[in-house]
Amino acid sequence: MSKKLNVSLSPHVHSGHTVGGAMYGVIIALIPALLASFFFFGLGAVVVTLASILSCVAFEYLIQKFIMKKEPTICDGSAILTGLLLAFNVPSNLPIWIIVIGALFAIGVAKLSFGGLGNNIFNPALAARVFLLLSFPVQMTSWPVPGQLTAIGSDAVTGATPLQLMKAGMPQDFSTMDLLFGQIGGSLGEVSAIALLIGFAYMLFKKIVTWHIPVSIFGAVVVMSLICGVNPVEQLFAGGMMLGAIYMATDYVSSPMTPRGMIIYGIAIGALTVIIRTLGAYPEGMSFAILIMNAFTPLINAYVKPKRFGEVVK
Amino acid sequence: MLKTFRLGGIHPAENKLSANKKIESLELPKQVIIPLGQHIGAPAQAVVNKGDKVKVGTLIAQASGFVSANIHSSVSGTVAKIDVAPDSSGNKRPAIFIDVEGDEWEESIDRSDKLVKEITMDSKAIVERVKDCGIVGLGGATFPSHVKLSPPPGSKAEIIVINAVECEPYLTSDHQLMLEKADEILVGVKILMKAVNVEKAVIGIENNKKDAIKLMSEKAADYAGITIEPLKVQYPQGGEKQLIDACIRRQVPSGALPIATGAVVQNVGTAFAVYEAVQKNKPLFERVVTVTGKSLAKPSNFLSRVGTPMNQLIEAAGGLPEDTGKVISGGPMMGKAMPSTDSMVVKGCSGILIMQSLEAKRKEMSDCIRCAKCVHVCPMGLVPSYLMRVSELNMVEEAEADRVYDCIECGSCSYTCPANRPLLDYIRLGKGKVMGIMRARAAAAAPKK
Repeated sequence: MSKKLNVSLSPHVHSGHTVGGAMYGVIIALIPALLASFFFFGLGAVVVTLASILSCVAFEYLIQKFIMKKEPTICDGSAILTGLLLAFNVPSNLPIWIIVIGALFAIGVAKLSFGGLGNNIFNPALAARVFLLLSFPVQMTSWPVPGQLTAIGSDAVTGATPLQLMKAGMPQDFSTMDLLFGQIGGSLGEVSAIALLIGFAYMLFKKIVTWHIPVSIFGAVVVMSLICGVNPVEQLFAGGMMLGAIYMATDYVSSPMTPRGMIIYGIAIGALTVIIRTLGAYPEGMSFAILIMNAFTPLINAYVKPKRFGEVVK
Repeated sequence: MLKTFRLGGIHPAENKLSANKKIESLELPKQVIIPLGQHIGAPAQAVVNKGDKVKVGTLIAQASGFVSANIHSSVSGTVAKIDVAPDSSGNKRPAIFIDVEGDEWEESIDRSDKLVKEITMDSKAIVERVKDCGIVGLGGATFPSHVKLSPPPGSKAEIIVINAVECEPYLTSDHQLMLEKADEILVGVKILMKAVNVEKAVIGIENNKKDAIKLMSEKAADYAGITIEPLKVQYPQGGEKQLIDACIRRQVPSGALPIATGAVVQNVGTAFAVYEAVQKNKPLFERVVTVTGKSLAKPSNFLSRVGTPMNQLIEAAGGLPEDTGKVISGGPMMGKAMPSTDSMVVKGCSGILIMQSLEAKRKEMSDCIRCAKCVHVCPMGLVPSYLMRVSELNMVEEAEADRVYDCIECGSCSYTCPANRPLLDYIRLGKGKVMGIMRARAAAAAPKK
């Protein structure tokens, strides 16, 4: 008997979970919202989405290969996901060159300069969105009116979003149904709450995310809205709430790791969003709230530990 | 809703290839090699010398201390030598080599198949008999059973919890034993109840063994105080703390013994061995071993004498396949990968698992993406990714503060990690260091004699 045997430590079997599997799972969950955005914003949405994904993947490849001098990891799906989420967070008439700058910021600054996937503090797509919002405030806040299927770039007729109308105290010409299905102005991927919720159900079923973060955000928004005297249903379904709560705040890397930590993080995001929306200068506060809480994630991880075995209530 | 433990857990592919394969008696080997240390605690001391004649069941090594166990000959023949032999880790350990001649049993052993239901011994005599017969926990931990049946002063047993979950994938020895020896097991449980003076016992069986649940439930009706608890299939339910939580909804506090919840846990195979020891005066020298693997021609359950070379079991199951990459003693989650197949069956060997070379290789790891899957599956409520990090960086104080010592090494974290990180490897390292420091501290704090 001279056969060479492998003597690694237990366990000797693996679940087959992969990083790529989780990323592509989220991408699949975003497909209904993507289709909804094509339906409402037409060609403009297609162009912006493609430009965003392609430039994110290209920047990841180029930076890893030529600056970091390591094997590019574009196959793990995380750059595609960042590109898709960045596109979801901008208006469908955004000029392509602005999208490319956003992609460079997301991948180059927010992700790779921190050490790549797993080491970034802030959600790359959101960091890029806020960077663009502050750098190009005009282009980033001119929202095309839905239904202009062939309009690309600046051809589109623009209008106000529900949150802008609410903020300005102007008469509101949309119904709750419009908010639910997405017949409203807004960022490309945020408009259809129902499509985003379908994706959430898929991710829960596939155990890609847990309920803790989105549900605690929704709960906090309802409570905070009642305190601030605004309509909780509108707060929930308008703006980037669904997109942010389900897909951006649940980003593995930048959110806490324990169930209790996730709930604290979610409540803080929900409350901050409503406060920014009602008291701040911007009509939308979701991105800022998530980024602020991203910064608190290491602190939450350090102080909030899971429930230990032996302390479960009887 | 079926019960299960309340924190974490995974459900690996069950792969019970040898399920419902009848227990076959293995042919006697030409020579057996019986190690002196087959249990947790001090190794036994040999009481035979080269050239001595022994029978099946003859005491050949005596327990040295309270936490230790007697060892009996599994064959009849002549002691060839007392030397060293490789254990399942490949380390050379002292062992007794016996050349087999015939199959002559000690006259005191009742070899009939007749079920003896009536328990005549009192509690003290039962524990004494269990000790004499060298019974140890057969689930794999091999803790001497008489120690568990002697609760420390100040604690009181309330219930016997029988571990029949067999949560490790592939293994079927306990399942098959229940199907073939249900009555003997139930009498064994009654004996255990009498040993610690309790009126209640619960047998936890995972729901992937419906035939065993049905059979045991029917039979248990005749045995007052014993209930069968079907459990949801969830790994690591066979962990002592998890099983107690699943069956009686009590959690053992950190650092305490299971007896703190009033439960005494014994494996179902141990219950059978206790029956044989108490009712038939038969020492522990044989056990059921599952030999299994996807590439193996004939996955089987063998009744094997202690000391039988593993190669003989593998041959009987169809021989070692060409593309074997790993041979594991035990199951795939907590079993030990062996450096060769030259080891032998010991009391704690519940199975031999053959893995193909492709399955045996680990995939390359990547950076942690903080997905928290390890946190969700940890049955002890730890943060494995953090513990791996501090263990890797030798930050022992942080590892202790985050309770690395609570880890039961079930491997759920490594199993589930999408980045293929060897979480448990590093956590074991950190746990070892922290436990060492804790022991040294306790020793320094203890009053000097």
